[in-house]
Amino acid sequence: MSSAMFNLILEATLDTLYMVAVSGILSALVGIPLGVLLYVTRPGQILAQPVLQSVLGIVTNIGRSIPFIILMVAIIPFTRMLVGSSIGTNAAAVPLTIAAIPFIARLVEGALNEISPGLVEAAQSMGATPWQIISKVLLPEARGGIFTALTVTAVTLVSYSAMAGAVGGGGLGDLGIRYGYNRFNPTIMLITVAILVVMVQVFQSLGDYLVRKSNHK
Amino acid sequence: MIRLTNLSKTFGTGPRAVQALKNVNLHVPRGQIHGVIGLSGAGKSTLIRCVNLLERPTTGTVEVDGQELTGLAGPALNQARHRIGMIFQHFNLLTSRTVFDNVALPLELMGVKGTEIKERVTPLLELVGLADKAKQYPAQLSGGQKQRVAIARALASRPQVLLCDEATSALDPQTTTSILELLQDINQKLGLTILLITHEMEVVKTICHRVGLISGGELVEEADVGDFFTSPRTALGRHFLNDFLELEPPRELIDRLEPQAGEHTHPVVRLAFSGDAVSTPLISRLARECGVDVSILQAKVESIQERTLGLMIAELMGGADDTRRALDYLQAHDLTVEVLGHVQRDV
Repeated sequence: MSSAMFNLILEATLDTLYMVAVSGILSALVGIPLGVLLYVTRPGQILAQPVLQSVLGIVTNIGRSIPFIILMVAIIPFTRMLVGSSIGTNAAAVPLTIAAIPFIARLVEGALNEISPGLVEAAQSMGATPWQIISKVLLPEARGGIFTALTVTAVTLVSYSAMAGAVGGGGLGDLGIRYGYNRFNPTIMLITVAILVVMVQVFQSLGDYLVRKSNHK
Repeated sequence: MIRLTNLSKTFGTGPRAVQALKNVNLHVPRGQIHGVIGLSGAGKSTLIRCVNLLERPTTGTVEVDGQELTGLAGPALNQARHRIGMIFQHFNLLTSRTVFDNVALPLELMGVKGTEIKERVTPLLELVGLADKAKQYPAQLSGGQKQRVAIARALASRPQVLLCDEATSALDPQTTTSILELLQDINQKLGLTILLITHEMEVVKTICHRVGLISGGELVEEADVGDFFTSPRTALGRHFLNDFLELEPPRELIDRLEPQAGEHTHPVVRLAFSGDAVSTPLISRLARECGVDVSILQAKVESIQERTLGLMIAELMGGADDTRRALDYLQAHDLTVEVLGHVQRDV
């Protein structure tokens, strides 16, 4: 393999990692609080707000039901407004983030749902405020579930980022399409897939490790 | 210390409304251990959850240590809850925290600082006998140990009242005894007022001073524990007691029991005696003074706290006049007589 080729692959790998990292972090920052909000505003919960809850639920479901490839194209004007361009890794990170937010939110909500209601009740009996219940009971108790959610999200983002690559986002998907597919270079295609597989394995193992460490059940 | 006045709780509205509590009045003086016993679905859980407003009563008032709670909300209610500890059937410990950190939780919630937390948690772990488990996680503990942690946690905020919601129902009999001893110890050492709900007579017998019986959301009977065990006033009370004492006439006798006395029948009675009556040789006197023979079908002596309670099922054998005199004689003494029925005399 020529060193030019090697540089190309390295650059594409770093681009993919960059897209996954940026969209992963940003979507976690919004998605985790949204998931908590979806949970605590349920009827009978500590901050029950049935109307707000159903509105948030509907918005989340809409976000989750739009196919990523459509979302990416549909929000191009918004992406351009935000990062000044509709191509490149930064531009790809915008739809990736938006797609991942409702995804994480629902997974986090599910993780919180696994917590025994008795724990919240015990905290209430101790005079805990809703915020204290969230920060000292719900989030720590759901830590393992939240790590699982983030792992699944990271893996999904790797595959979505390849899709974003196909429409000018850069990264491994872009490389695979342009060199592997359009120029009939099976070696490049194979290497691209191999790197993606390794990347997913690493994310999954890291996630599993964190889940194991935070689980005292 | 705890005063519930005209407490009612209705779940739902309209035709599907369920009234879980009906006009309950209850007073627990300072330092007392008060038990509320009832079958499942009787409303006992709702009752205890109303005391710290985990469940908001529909009408009525809750007073703890002179403070009316039903009018409180938000920070004021949280403040009041710091003075009411609670333990649960399933312990409700945080799996993500060590034993030490679980006990520290209520202190963190109150804003107590790190060094003071350590000073307060350590003696509590010693009190419940788990000082060596401070760094372990609840998953590594047995059920009894978990409940001990929960007790230490409930005491951390130095409450005046402890609510126990079926606290021993998930534990085996031996562990139950050790938890009850701990609760009694705390009651005596710290002067803590305890309100507990349970479906186990054993719990009432072992540590309660007073007991209330709840059925269909109503407090149907209330008495000192000694009185309740000698002479429950309601059918449900007797049911609980007989179930607990396992003092029922033998099966084949029940089949022969007739409700009305006939010409050739003998009465079968259940006798419960306490206090001086226990040590009086009543049965032999009965034979001498009334001329009846007494056939003892079942008997046992129970120790209910400081009182001794004797129970007996017996058939009084003799002529109609003699047996009537015998019943009068028994009733004149300090014991409870219940005529279960009459059996045909063997011919």
